[in-house]
Amino acid sequence: MSGSSTYVPKSAVGRWFESRLPIMGLVHSSFIVYPVPRNLNYMWTFGAILSFMLVAQIVTGVVLAMHYTPESTLAFSSVEHIMRDVNYGWLFRYLHSNGASMFFVAVYMHIFRGLYYGSYKAPREVLWILGVIIYLLMIATAFMGYVLPWGQMSFWGATVITNLFSAIPLVGKSVSIWLWGGYAIDNATLNRFFSLHYLLPFMIAGVVGLHVWALHVVGQNNPDGVEVKNVERDTVIFTPYATLKDAFGLAVFLIVYAWFVFYIPNYLGDADNYNNANPLVTPAHIVPEWYLLPFYAILRAIPNKLMGVICLFGAIALLAFLPWLDTSPVKSAKYRPVFRVFFWVFVAVCLGLGWLGSQEVSDSTTLAARLLAFCYFAFFLIVLPLLGLFEKTKPLPASIADAVLAKGAPAAQPAE
Amino acid sequence: MSGAAIVDQNRRDFLFLATGAVGAVGVGAVVWPLIDQMNPDASTLALAAIEVDITAIQEGQIVTVKWRGKPVFIRHRTAKEIDEAVNTPISELRDPQTDAERVKKAPWLVVVGICTHLGCVPLGHEGKYDGWLCPCHGSVYDTSGRIRQGPAPLNLEVPEYAFLSDTKVRIG
Repeated sequence: MSGSSTYVPKSAVGRWFESRLPIMGLVHSSFIVYPVPRNLNYMWTFGAILSFMLVAQIVTGVVLAMHYTPESTLAFSSVEHIMRDVNYGWLFRYLHSNGASMFFVAVYMHIFRGLYYGSYKAPREVLWILGVIIYLLMIATAFMGYVLPWGQMSFWGATVITNLFSAIPLVGKSVSIWLWGGYAIDNATLNRFFSLHYLLPFMIAGVVGLHVWALHVVGQNNPDGVEVKNVERDTVIFTPYATLKDAFGLAVFLIVYAWFVFYIPNYLGDADNYNNANPLVTPAHIVPEWYLLPFYAILRAIPNKLMGVICLFGAIALLAFLPWLDTSPVKSAKYRPVFRVFFWVFVAVCLGLGWLGSQEVSDSTTLAARLLAFCYFAFFLIVLPLLGLFEKTKPLPASIADAVLAKGAPAAQPAE
Repeated sequence: MSGAAIVDQNRRDFLFLATGAVGAVGVGAVVWPLIDQMNPDASTLALAAIEVDITAIQEGQIVTVKWRGKPVFIRHRTAKEIDEAVNTPISELRDPQTDAERVKKAPWLVVVGICTHLGCVPLGHEGKYDGWLCPCHGSVYDTSGRIRQGPAPLNLEVPEYAFLSDTKVRIG
Protein backbone atom coordinates (compact mmCIF):
# COMPACT_ATOMS: atom_id res chain seq x y z
CA MET A 1 0.00 0.00 0.00
CA SER A 2 2.75 2.45 0.90
CA GLY A 3 4.55 2.03 -2.40
CA SER A 4 7.98 3.47 -3.07
CA SER A 5 8.49 6.89 -1.58
CA THR A 6 8.93 9.75 -3.98
CA TYR A 7 9.82 12.07 -1.14
CA VAL A 8 12.55 14.61 -1.89
CA PRO A 9 13.53 16.98 0.93
CA LYS A 10 13.38 20.67 0.05
CA SER A 11 16.57 21.78 1.78
CA ALA A 12 20.09 20.81 0.73
CA VAL A 13 20.82 19.59 4.30
CA GLY A 14 17.67 17.49 4.18
CA ARG A 15 18.73 15.91 0.87
CA TRP A 16 22.25 15.30 2.24
CA PHE A 17 20.79 13.54 5.29
CA GLU A 18 18.09 11.65 3.35
CA SER A 19 20.67 10.07 1.04
CA ARG A 20 22.45 8.73 4.15
CA LEU A 21 19.45 7.76 6.33
CA PRO A 22 16.06 7.97 4.58
CA ILE A 23 14.06 8.35 7.77
CA MET A 24 12.09 11.43 6.70
CA GLY A 25 11.01 9.54 3.61
CA LEU A 26 9.78 6.71 5.81
CA VAL A 27 7.76 9.11 7.96
CA HIS A 28 6.46 10.84 4.84
CA SER A 29 5.29 7.62 3.20
CA SER A 30 3.89 6.15 6.45
CA PHE A 31 2.16 9.10 8.05
CA ILE A 32 1.76 11.85 5.47
CA VAL A 33 0.83 10.43 2.07
CA TYR A 34 -0.11 6.96 3.31
CA PRO A 35 -3.52 6.14 1.81
CA VAL A 36 -6.30 5.35 4.31
CA PRO A 37 -9.79 4.11 3.38
CA ARG A 38 -12.09 7.11 3.10
CA ASN A 39 -14.92 5.48 5.09
CA LEU A 40 -13.08 5.04 8.42
CA ASN A 41 -15.18 5.96 11.45
CA TYR A 42 -14.13 7.08 14.96
CA MET A 43 -13.60 3.48 16.06
CA TRP A 44 -10.43 3.67 13.94
CA THR A 45 -8.90 6.38 16.13
CA PHE A 46 -8.06 4.01 18.98
CA GLY A 47 -4.81 2.85 17.35
CA ALA A 48 -3.42 6.37 17.63
CA ILE A 49 -4.91 6.75 21.13
CA LEU A 50 -3.17 3.52 22.20
CA SER A 51 0.18 4.74 20.84
CA PHE A 52 -0.27 7.92 22.85
CA MET A 53 -1.17 6.00 26.02
CA LEU A 54 1.91 3.77 25.68
CA VAL A 55 4.15 6.84 25.55
CA ALA A 56 2.22 8.50 28.40
CA GLN A 57 2.61 5.41 30.61
CA ILE A 58 6.33 5.18 29.88
CA VAL A 59 6.90 8.88 30.65
CA THR A 60 4.88 8.88 33.91
CA GLY A 61 6.38 5.50 34.84
CA VAL A 62 9.97 6.68 34.40
CA VAL A 63 9.13 9.68 36.62
CA LEU A 64 7.61 7.44 39.32
CA ALA A 65 10.65 5.13 39.23
CA MET A 66 12.81 8.12 40.20
CA HIS A 67 10.98 8.31 43.56
CA TYR A 68 9.82 4.76 44.24
CA THR A 69 11.72 2.16 46.35
CA PRO A 70 11.33 -1.48 45.25
CA GLU A 71 11.99 -3.01 48.69
CA SER A 72 9.30 -4.80 50.65
CA THR A 73 9.63 -2.80 53.89
CA LEU A 74 9.82 0.55 52.08
CA ALA A 75 7.71 0.19 48.94
CA PHE A 76 4.36 1.07 50.52
CA SER A 77 5.65 4.18 52.29
CA SER A 78 7.61 5.28 49.22
CA VAL A 79 4.32 5.43 47.31
CA GLU A 80 2.86 7.61 50.07
CA HIS A 81 6.04 9.67 49.87
CA ILE A 82 5.33 10.19 46.17
CA MET A 83 1.75 11.22 47.01
CA ARG A 84 2.64 13.66 49.79
CA ASP A 85 6.20 14.93 49.38
CA VAL A 86 7.28 14.74 45.75
CA ASN A 87 6.41 17.80 43.68
CA TYR A 88 3.40 16.83 41.56
CA GLY A 89 3.98 13.24 42.68
CA TRP A 90 0.23 12.84 43.24
CA LEU A 91 -0.36 13.90 39.64
CA PHE A 92 2.08 11.45 38.12
CA ARG A 93 0.89 8.57 40.25
CA TYR A 94 -2.77 9.19 39.44
CA LEU A 95 -1.94 9.70 35.76
CA HIS A 96 -0.06 6.38 35.76
CA SER A 97 -2.60 4.30 37.71
CA ASN A 98 -5.61 5.69 35.85
CA GLY A 99 -3.59 5.65 32.66
CA ALA A 100 -3.38 1.87 32.93
CA SER A 101 -7.17 1.69 33.08
CA MET A 102 -7.60 4.09 30.18
CA PHE A 103 -5.04 2.05 28.22
CA PHE A 104 -7.25 -0.99 28.69
CA VAL A 105 -10.42 0.96 27.83
CA ALA A 106 -8.77 1.88 24.54
CA VAL A 107 -7.44 -1.60 23.84
CA TYR A 108 -10.85 -3.18 24.46
CA MET A 109 -12.49 -0.67 22.09
CA HIS A 110 -9.75 -1.50 19.57
CA ILE A 111 -10.19 -5.28 19.96
CA PHE A 112 -14.00 -5.19 19.78
CA ARG A 113 -13.74 -2.88 16.75
CA GLY A 114 -11.58 -5.53 15.10
CA LEU A 115 -14.06 -8.21 16.07
CA TYR A 116 -17.09 -6.30 14.76
CA TYR A 117 -15.56 -5.38 11.42
CA GLY A 118 -13.68 -8.66 10.89
CA SER A 119 -10.27 -6.98 10.92
CA TYR A 120 -8.58 -10.30 11.75
CA LYS A 121 -9.45 -11.95 8.43
CA ALA A 122 -7.07 -12.50 5.51
CA PRO A 123 -4.76 -10.83 4.79
CA ARG A 124 -4.55 -9.39 8.34
CA GLU A 125 -3.98 -12.58 10.40
CA VAL A 126 -0.39 -11.73 11.38
CA LEU A 127 -1.39 -8.17 12.19
CA TRP A 128 -4.12 -9.53 14.46
CA ILE A 129 -1.87 -12.06 16.21
CA LEU A 130 0.72 -9.34 16.88
CA GLY A 131 -2.14 -7.43 18.48
CA VAL A 132 -2.98 -10.40 20.72
CA ILE A 133 0.70 -10.57 21.76
CA ILE A 134 0.63 -6.86 22.64
CA TYR A 135 -2.53 -7.46 24.70
CA LEU A 136 -0.82 -10.33 26.58
CA LEU A 137 2.23 -8.15 27.28
CA MET A 138 -0.10 -5.39 28.49
CA ILE A 139 -1.78 -7.78 30.93
CA ALA A 140 1.59 -8.95 32.28
CA THR A 141 2.85 -5.38 32.61
CA ALA A 142 -0.31 -4.13 34.33
CA PHE A 143 -0.33 -7.09 36.71
CA MET A 144 3.28 -6.52 37.79
CA GLY A 145 2.71 -2.79 38.08
CA TYR A 146 -0.23 -3.37 40.40
CA VAL A 147 2.06 -5.35 42.74
CA LEU A 148 4.53 -2.48 43.19
CA PRO A 149 2.55 -0.29 45.69
CA TRP A 150 2.77 -3.34 47.98
CA GLY A 151 -0.69 -2.96 49.45
CA GLN A 152 -2.92 -5.82 50.54
CA MET A 153 -4.52 -6.23 47.11
CA SER A 154 -1.09 -6.02 45.44
CA PHE A 155 0.23 -8.81 47.62
CA TRP A 156 -2.76 -11.12 47.47
CA GLY A 157 -3.47 -10.47 43.81
CA ALA A 158 0.13 -11.46 43.11
CA THR A 159 -0.27 -14.54 45.32
CA VAL A 160 -3.35 -15.75 43.45
CA ILE A 161 -1.90 -15.10 39.98
CA THR A 162 1.54 -16.64 40.64
CA ASN A 163 -0.17 -19.66 42.19
CA LEU A 164 -1.90 -20.23 38.83
CA PHE A 165 1.42 -21.71 37.69
CA SER A 166 1.39 -24.21 40.55
CA ALA A 167 -1.48 -25.92 38.71
CA ILE A 168 1.01 -27.19 36.10
CA PRO A 169 1.43 -30.93 36.70
CA LEU A 170 4.77 -32.12 38.18
CA VAL A 171 6.82 -28.92 37.90
CA GLY A 172 4.15 -26.44 39.05
CA LYS A 173 5.42 -26.00 42.59
CA SER A 174 9.02 -25.47 41.45
CA VAL A 175 7.86 -22.95 38.86
CA SER A 176 6.05 -20.94 41.55
CA ILE A 177 9.08 -20.96 43.88
CA TRP A 178 11.27 -19.91 40.96
CA LEU A 179 8.92 -17.03 40.14
CA TRP A 180 8.86 -15.90 43.78
CA GLY A 181 12.56 -16.35 44.52
CA GLY A 182 11.44 -17.77 47.87
CA TYR A 183 8.66 -19.81 49.42
CA ALA A 184 6.10 -17.03 49.16
CA ILE A 185 5.74 -13.58 47.62
CA ASP A 186 8.41 -11.45 49.28
CA ASN A 187 11.11 -8.88 48.64
CA ALA A 188 12.75 -10.94 45.91
CA THR A 189 9.42 -11.09 44.06
CA LEU A 190 8.81 -7.34 44.41
CA ASN A 191 12.27 -6.57 43.10
CA ARG A 192 12.01 -8.71 39.99
CA PHE A 193 8.50 -7.47 39.25
CA PHE A 194 9.82 -3.91 39.37
CA SER A 195 12.60 -4.82 36.95
CA LEU A 196 10.21 -6.55 34.54
CA HIS A 197 7.55 -3.85 34.87
CA TYR A 198 10.17 -1.40 33.62
CA LEU A 199 11.27 -3.70 30.80
CA LEU A 200 7.98 -4.95 29.33
CA PRO A 201 6.65 -1.59 28.04
CA PHE A 202 9.68 -1.35 25.78
CA MET A 203 8.96 -4.84 24.50
CA ILE A 204 5.40 -3.67 23.87
CA ALA A 205 6.82 -0.73 21.93
CA GLY A 206 8.82 -3.18 19.84
CA VAL A 207 5.81 -5.35 19.01
CA VAL A 208 3.78 -2.19 18.31
CA GLY A 209 6.44 -1.39 15.72
CA LEU A 210 5.84 -4.78 14.07
CA HIS A 211 2.06 -4.27 14.38
CA VAL A 212 2.25 -0.94 12.54
CA TRP A 213 4.62 -2.41 9.98
CA ALA A 214 2.24 -5.29 9.29
CA LEU A 215 -0.62 -2.80 9.09
CA HIS A 216 1.21 -0.75 6.50
CA VAL A 217 1.89 -3.86 4.41
CA VAL A 218 -1.73 -5.05 4.19
CA GLY A 219 -3.51 -1.72 4.69
CA GLN A 220 -6.31 -0.85 7.05
CA ASN A 221 -9.59 -2.68 7.17
CA ASN A 222 -12.64 -0.41 7.08
CA PRO A 223 -16.31 -0.36 8.16
CA ASP A 224 -17.46 -1.97 4.90
CA GLY A 225 -14.80 -4.67 4.99
CA VAL A 226 -14.06 -4.53 1.28
CA GLU A 227 -10.44 -4.04 0.23
CA VAL A 228 -9.16 -0.92 -1.47
CA LYS A 229 -9.46 -1.44 -5.24
CA ASN A 230 -8.73 1.99 -6.60
CA VAL A 231 -6.41 4.13 -4.46
CA GLU A 232 -7.68 7.32 -6.13
CA ARG A 233 -11.38 6.68 -5.45
CA ASP A 234 -11.28 4.57 -2.25
CA THR A 235 -8.71 6.36 -0.10
CA VAL A 236 -7.65 9.71 1.24
CA ILE A 237 -4.13 10.62 2.35
CA PHE A 238 -3.19 10.18 6.00
CA THR A 239 -2.39 13.82 6.66
CA PRO A 240 -4.51 15.86 7.18
CA TYR A 241 -7.53 13.48 7.10
CA ALA A 242 -6.58 10.65 9.48
CA THR A 243 -4.19 12.82 11.50
CA LEU A 244 -6.90 15.30 12.40
CA LYS A 245 -9.51 12.65 13.06
CA ASP A 246 -7.07 10.82 15.36
CA ALA A 247 -6.17 14.06 17.12
CA PHE A 248 -9.83 14.91 17.74
CA GLY A 249 -10.59 11.39 19.01
CA LEU A 250 -7.54 11.59 21.28
CA ALA A 251 -8.62 14.97 22.67
CA VAL A 252 -12.05 13.63 23.62
CA PHE A 253 -10.43 10.54 25.14
CA LEU A 254 -8.03 12.68 27.18
CA ILE A 255 -10.93 14.70 28.61
CA VAL A 256 -12.40 11.49 30.02
CA TYR A 257 -8.94 10.47 31.27
CA ALA A 258 -8.48 13.85 32.98
CA TRP A 259 -11.91 13.55 34.57
CA PHE A 260 -10.84 10.32 36.22
CA VAL A 261 -7.44 11.69 37.28
CA PHE A 262 -8.75 14.93 38.79
CA TYR A 263 -12.20 14.03 40.09
CA ILE A 264 -12.37 10.30 40.88
CA PRO A 265 -8.73 9.11 40.93
CA ASN A 266 -9.44 6.13 43.20
CA TYR A 267 -12.73 5.07 41.67
CA LEU A 268 -11.20 2.15 39.75
CA GLY A 269 -8.82 1.15 42.54
CA ASP A 270 -9.44 -0.95 45.61
CA ALA A 271 -9.51 0.64 49.08
CA ASP A 272 -7.74 -2.42 50.51
CA ASN A 273 -4.61 -1.45 48.60
CA TYR A 274 -4.11 1.47 50.97
CA ASN A 275 -3.26 -1.12 53.65
CA ASN A 276 0.34 -2.30 53.76
CA ALA A 277 0.83 -5.87 52.52
CA ASN A 278 0.45 -8.49 55.26
CA PRO A 279 1.42 -12.07 54.36
CA LEU A 280 -0.54 -13.50 57.31
CA VAL A 281 -3.97 -11.99 56.58
CA THR A 282 -5.89 -12.45 53.35
CA PRO A 283 -8.45 -9.71 52.63
CA ALA A 284 -12.04 -10.94 52.86
CA HIS A 285 -12.61 -10.37 49.17
CA ILE A 286 -9.82 -10.49 46.59
CA VAL A 287 -10.53 -8.95 43.21
CA PRO A 288 -8.19 -8.10 40.35
CA GLU A 289 -8.32 -4.77 38.53
CA TRP A 290 -11.49 -4.29 36.48
CA TYR A 291 -9.88 -5.11 33.14
CA LEU A 292 -9.14 -8.69 34.21
CA LEU A 293 -12.47 -9.42 35.90
CA PRO A 294 -14.05 -11.46 33.06
CA PHE A 295 -11.10 -13.88 33.09
CA TYR A 296 -11.17 -14.03 36.87
CA ALA A 297 -14.87 -14.96 36.71
CA ILE A 298 -14.03 -17.80 34.31
CA LEU A 299 -11.28 -19.03 36.66
CA ARG A 300 -13.65 -19.10 39.64
CA ALA A 301 -16.45 -20.74 37.67
CA ILE A 302 -14.46 -23.94 37.07
CA PRO A 303 -14.47 -26.30 40.07
CA ASN A 304 -11.16 -27.96 39.13
CA LYS A 305 -7.89 -26.09 39.68
CA LEU A 306 -5.98 -27.17 36.58
CA MET A 307 -9.04 -26.85 34.31
CA GLY A 308 -9.76 -23.41 35.76
CA VAL A 309 -6.28 -22.22 34.91
CA ILE A 310 -6.44 -23.77 31.42
CA CYS A 311 -9.77 -22.04 30.75
CA LEU A 312 -8.40 -18.72 32.04
CA PHE A 313 -5.46 -18.79 29.63
CA GLY A 314 -7.53 -20.46 26.91
CA ALA A 315 -10.02 -17.59 26.98
CA ILE A 316 -7.23 -15.23 25.94
CA ALA A 317 -5.36 -17.64 23.67
CA LEU A 318 -8.51 -18.31 21.62
CA LEU A 319 -8.28 -14.76 20.28
CA ALA A 320 -5.13 -15.69 18.38
CA PHE A 321 -7.02 -18.42 16.49
CA LEU A 322 -9.91 -16.14 15.54
CA PRO A 323 -8.82 -15.76 11.88
CA TRP A 324 -9.38 -19.51 11.41
CA LEU A 325 -12.34 -19.99 13.74
CA ASP A 326 -14.45 -17.48 11.85
CA THR A 327 -15.24 -19.23 8.57
CA SER A 328 -17.24 -16.45 6.92
CA PRO A 329 -15.59 -14.72 3.97
CA VAL A 330 -17.50 -11.51 4.70
CA LYS A 331 -15.59 -9.22 7.08
CA SER A 332 -17.86 -6.47 8.32
CA ALA A 333 -20.78 -7.13 10.67
CA LYS A 334 -22.60 -4.47 8.64
CA TYR A 335 -23.26 -7.20 6.06
CA ARG A 336 -23.65 -10.08 8.54
CA PRO A 337 -27.08 -9.71 10.19
CA VAL A 338 -26.86 -12.87 12.32
CA PHE A 339 -23.25 -12.33 13.34
CA ARG A 340 -24.15 -8.82 14.42
CA VAL A 341 -26.68 -10.18 16.93
CA PHE A 342 -24.18 -12.73 18.27
CA PHE A 343 -21.53 -10.02 18.49
CA TRP A 344 -23.63 -7.91 20.83
CA VAL A 345 -24.60 -10.99 22.84
CA PHE A 346 -20.86 -11.69 23.16
CA VAL A 347 -20.22 -8.13 24.37
CA ALA A 348 -22.98 -8.61 26.96
CA VAL A 349 -21.46 -11.95 28.02
CA CYS A 350 -18.06 -10.29 28.56
CA LEU A 351 -19.63 -7.47 30.60
CA GLY A 352 -21.67 -9.99 32.59
CA LEU A 353 -18.58 -12.05 33.35
CA GLY A 354 -16.81 -8.87 34.42
CA TRP A 355 -19.59 -8.03 36.84
CA LEU A 356 -19.65 -11.57 38.23
CA GLY A 357 -15.88 -11.48 38.69
CA SER A 358 -16.29 -8.49 41.00
CA GLN A 359 -18.88 -10.20 43.21
CA GLU A 360 -18.31 -12.45 46.18
CA VAL A 361 -18.66 -16.16 45.50
CA SER A 362 -22.12 -17.63 46.06
CA ASP A 363 -24.04 -20.52 44.52
CA SER A 364 -26.00 -18.21 42.23
CA THR A 365 -22.99 -16.22 41.00
CA THR A 366 -21.07 -19.45 40.39
CA LEU A 367 -23.95 -20.85 38.36
CA ALA A 368 -24.28 -17.63 36.36
CA ALA A 369 -20.51 -17.51 35.77
CA ARG A 370 -20.57 -21.10 34.49
CA LEU A 371 -23.37 -20.28 32.06
CA LEU A 372 -21.64 -17.15 30.77
CA ALA A 373 -18.24 -18.89 30.59
CA PHE A 374 -19.91 -21.53 28.40
CA CYS A 375 -21.34 -18.75 26.20
CA TYR A 376 -17.90 -17.12 25.96
CA PHE A 377 -16.28 -20.28 24.63
CA ALA A 378 -19.31 -21.20 22.52
CA PHE A 379 -19.00 -17.90 20.66
CA PHE A 380 -15.52 -18.82 19.46
CA LEU A 381 -15.81 -22.59 19.12
CA ILE A 382 -19.43 -23.09 17.97
CA VAL A 383 -21.01 -19.87 16.73
CA LEU A 384 -18.17 -18.47 14.62
CA PRO A 385 -17.26 -21.70 12.78
CA LEU A 386 -20.92 -22.53 12.02
CA LEU A 387 -22.15 -19.04 11.12
CA GLY A 388 -19.83 -18.91 8.12
CA LEU A 389 -21.59 -21.98 6.74
CA PHE A 390 -25.21 -21.05 7.42
CA GLU A 391 -25.46 -17.27 7.53
CA LYS A 392 -27.02 -15.47 4.58
CA THR A 393 -24.98 -12.29 4.24
CA LYS A 394 -26.08 -9.05 2.62
CA PRO A 395 -24.56 -8.10 -0.76
CA LEU A 396 -21.23 -6.28 -0.43
CA PRO A 397 -20.67 -2.92 -2.13
CA ALA A 398 -18.48 -3.10 -5.22
CA SER A 399 -15.93 -0.79 -3.63
CA ILE A 400 -15.37 1.53 -0.68
CA ALA A 401 -16.20 4.50 -2.89
CA ASP A 402 -19.50 2.91 -3.92
CA ALA A 403 -20.41 2.30 -0.27
CA VAL A 404 -19.60 5.88 0.69
CA LEU A 405 -21.40 7.43 -2.27
CA ALA A 406 -24.48 5.19 -1.89
CA LYS A 407 -24.92 6.51 1.64
CA GLY A 408 -25.08 10.15 0.56
CA ALA A 409 -26.78 9.46 -2.77
CA PRO A 410 -30.33 10.82 -2.33
CA ALA A 411 -29.28 14.16 -0.85
CA ALA A 412 -26.41 15.21 -3.05
CA GLN A 413 -24.73 13.97 -6.16
CA PRO A 414 -20.96 13.60 -5.74
CA ALA A 415 -19.22 16.80 -6.66
CA GLU A 416 -16.23 15.24 -8.37
CA MET B 1 41.54 -25.78 -8.51
CA SER B 2 38.89 -28.26 -7.53
CA GLY B 3 41.28 -29.74 -4.96
CA ALA B 4 41.67 -26.32 -3.31
CA ALA B 5 37.89 -25.93 -3.26
CA ILE B 6 37.47 -29.24 -1.45
CA VAL B 7 40.13 -28.30 1.12
CA ASP B 8 38.32 -24.99 1.67
CA GLN B 9 35.06 -26.84 2.04
CA ASN B 10 36.49 -29.15 4.70
CA ARG B 11 38.04 -26.27 6.60
CA ARG B 12 34.72 -24.38 6.57
CA ASP B 13 32.86 -27.45 7.75
CA PHE B 14 35.32 -27.91 10.57
CA LEU B 15 35.09 -24.25 11.61
CA PHE B 16 31.30 -24.41 11.42
CA LEU B 17 31.10 -27.49 13.67
CA ALA B 18 33.77 -26.29 16.10
CA THR B 19 32.21 -22.84 16.43
CA GLY B 20 28.76 -24.37 16.78
CA ALA B 21 29.88 -26.76 19.50
CA VAL B 22 31.65 -24.06 21.51
CA GLY B 23 28.64 -21.78 21.00
CA ALA B 24 26.18 -24.40 22.27
CA VAL B 25 28.25 -25.02 25.41
CA GLY B 26 28.64 -21.29 25.93
CA VAL B 27 24.91 -20.62 25.56
CA GLY B 28 24.13 -23.41 28.03
CA ALA B 29 26.70 -22.11 30.50
CA VAL B 30 25.09 -18.67 30.43
CA VAL B 31 21.42 -19.70 30.29
CA TRP B 32 21.48 -21.80 33.45
CA PRO B 33 22.87 -19.03 35.70
CA LEU B 34 20.31 -16.67 34.15
CA ILE B 35 17.50 -19.03 35.16
CA ASP B 36 18.91 -20.13 38.51
CA GLN B 37 19.52 -16.60 39.81
CA MET B 38 15.74 -16.36 40.22
CA ASN B 39 15.56 -19.35 42.58
CA PRO B 40 15.53 -18.77 46.40
CA ASP B 41 18.88 -17.31 47.43
CA ALA B 42 21.17 -18.36 50.28
CA SER B 43 19.73 -15.86 52.75
CA THR B 44 16.20 -17.13 52.09
CA LEU B 45 17.29 -20.76 52.51
CA ALA B 46 19.07 -19.88 55.78
CA LEU B 47 15.73 -18.90 57.37
CA ALA B 48 14.29 -22.32 56.70
CA ALA B 49 13.59 -23.49 60.32
CA ILE B 50 11.91 -21.96 63.42
CA GLU B 51 11.17 -23.11 66.99
CA VAL B 52 7.81 -22.39 68.64
CA ASP B 53 6.80 -22.59 72.32
CA ILE B 54 3.29 -24.07 72.43
CA THR B 55 2.55 -23.88 76.19
CA ALA B 56 0.40 -20.75 75.78
CA ILE B 57 -1.85 -22.23 73.10
CA GLN B 58 -5.18 -23.05 74.77
CA GLU B 59 -7.41 -25.93 73.75
CA GLY B 60 -9.56 -24.81 70.81
CA GLN B 61 -7.11 -22.09 69.87
CA ILE B 62 -5.30 -21.67 66.55
CA VAL B 63 -2.01 -19.77 66.52
CA THR B 64 -0.42 -18.53 63.32
CA VAL B 65 3.36 -18.36 63.07
CA LYS B 66 5.45 -17.18 60.14
CA TRP B 67 7.73 -19.72 58.54
CA ARG B 68 9.58 -19.12 55.27
CA GLY B 69 7.39 -16.06 54.74
CA LYS B 70 4.30 -18.21 54.97
CA PRO B 71 1.73 -18.62 57.75
CA VAL B 72 1.74 -21.92 59.65
CA PHE B 73 -1.30 -22.83 61.74
CA ILE B 74 -0.72 -24.60 65.07
CA ARG B 75 -4.11 -25.79 66.25
CA HIS B 76 -4.75 -27.18 69.71
CA ARG B 77 -7.76 -29.33 68.90
CA THR B 78 -10.64 -30.09 71.27
CA ALA B 79 -11.77 -33.68 71.85
CA LYS B 80 -14.80 -33.08 69.61
CA GLU B 81 -12.63 -31.77 66.80
CA ILE B 82 -10.31 -34.75 67.08
CA ASP B 83 -13.31 -37.12 66.99
CA GLU B 84 -14.67 -35.48 63.87
CA ALA B 85 -11.31 -35.70 62.15
CA VAL B 86 -10.68 -39.33 63.12
CA ASN B 87 -14.20 -40.57 62.37
CA THR B 88 -14.47 -39.15 58.86
CA PRO B 89 -14.80 -42.03 56.37
CA ILE B 90 -11.80 -41.93 54.07
CA SER B 91 -14.03 -42.54 51.05
CA GLU B 92 -15.52 -39.06 51.47
CA LEU B 93 -12.17 -37.37 50.94
CA ARG B 94 -10.87 -35.78 47.76
CA ASP B 95 -7.25 -36.18 48.88
CA PRO B 96 -7.54 -39.34 51.02
CA GLN B 97 -5.46 -39.23 54.21
CA THR B 98 -6.33 -40.42 57.71
CA ASP B 99 -6.04 -38.01 60.59
CA ALA B 100 -3.24 -40.17 62.05
CA GLU B 101 -1.14 -39.62 58.93
CA ARG B 102 -1.43 -35.85 59.39
CA VAL B 103 -0.60 -35.36 63.09
CA LYS B 104 2.20 -36.45 65.43
CA LYS B 105 0.21 -35.94 68.67
CA ALA B 106 -3.60 -36.04 68.42
CA PRO B 107 -4.36 -32.62 69.99
CA TRP B 108 -1.82 -30.79 67.84
CA LEU B 109 -2.43 -30.11 64.17
CA VAL B 110 0.37 -28.27 62.36
CA VAL B 111 -0.37 -27.21 58.78
CA VAL B 112 0.85 -24.58 56.33
CA GLY B 113 -1.85 -21.90 56.31
CA ILE B 114 -2.02 -21.59 52.56
CA CYS B 115 -4.99 -22.71 50.56
CA THR B 116 -3.86 -25.30 48.01
CA HIS B 117 -6.05 -23.64 45.39
CA LEU B 118 -4.42 -20.26 44.77
CA GLY B 119 -2.54 -19.47 47.94
CA CYS B 120 -4.85 -17.39 50.12
CA VAL B 121 -4.84 -17.75 53.92
CA PRO B 122 -7.95 -19.68 55.07
CA LEU B 123 -9.97 -18.48 58.06
CA GLY B 124 -10.04 -20.75 61.14
CA HIS B 125 -13.17 -22.11 62.89
CA GLU B 126 -15.22 -21.44 59.78
CA GLY B 127 -16.96 -23.48 57.11
CA LYS B 128 -19.23 -26.49 57.24
CA TYR B 129 -16.65 -28.74 58.92
CA ASP B 130 -15.51 -26.19 61.51
CA GLY B 131 -11.96 -26.40 60.18
CA TRP B 132 -11.05 -23.61 57.76
CA LEU B 133 -12.79 -21.66 55.03
CA CYS B 134 -10.81 -19.92 52.31
CA PRO B 135 -12.30 -16.46 51.70
CA CYS B 136 -10.99 -16.22 48.16
CA HIS B 137 -12.71 -19.01 46.29
CA GLY B 138 -14.63 -20.85 48.98
CA SER B 139 -12.56 -23.98 49.67
CA VAL B 140 -13.62 -25.73 52.89
CA TYR B 141 -11.20 -27.71 55.10
CA ASP B 142 -12.02 -29.96 58.08
CA THR B 143 -10.41 -30.10 61.54
CA SER B 144 -7.59 -32.16 60.09
CA GLY B 145 -6.94 -29.54 57.39
CA ARG B 146 -8.27 -31.86 54.70
CA ILE B 147 -10.04 -30.44 51.65
CA ARG B 148 -13.78 -31.17 51.75
CA GLN B 149 -15.47 -28.68 49.40
CA GLY B 150 -14.56 -26.04 46.83
CA PRO B 151 -11.91 -25.75 44.10
CA ALA B 152 -8.73 -26.66 46.04
CA PRO B 153 -7.29 -30.00 44.92
CA LEU B 154 -5.24 -31.00 48.01
CA ASN B 155 -5.26 -31.03 51.82
CA LEU B 156 -3.47 -28.22 53.65
CA GLU B 157 0.21 -29.11 53.54
CA VAL B 158 1.78 -30.59 56.68
CA PRO B 159 5.25 -29.03 56.97
CA GLU B 160 8.29 -30.91 58.18
CA TYR B 161 8.21 -30.53 61.97
CA ALA B 162 9.18 -32.27 65.22
CA PHE B 163 8.32 -32.02 68.91
CA LEU B 164 11.59 -31.08 70.63
CA SER B 165 9.82 -31.49 73.99
CA ASP B 166 6.21 -31.45 75.19
CA THR B 167 6.19 -27.67 74.91
CA LYS B 168 8.43 -26.96 71.97
CA VAL B 169 7.96 -27.56 68.25
CA ARG B 170 10.57 -27.11 65.58
CA ILE B 171 9.19 -26.34 62.11
CA GLY B 172 11.42 -26.95 59.10
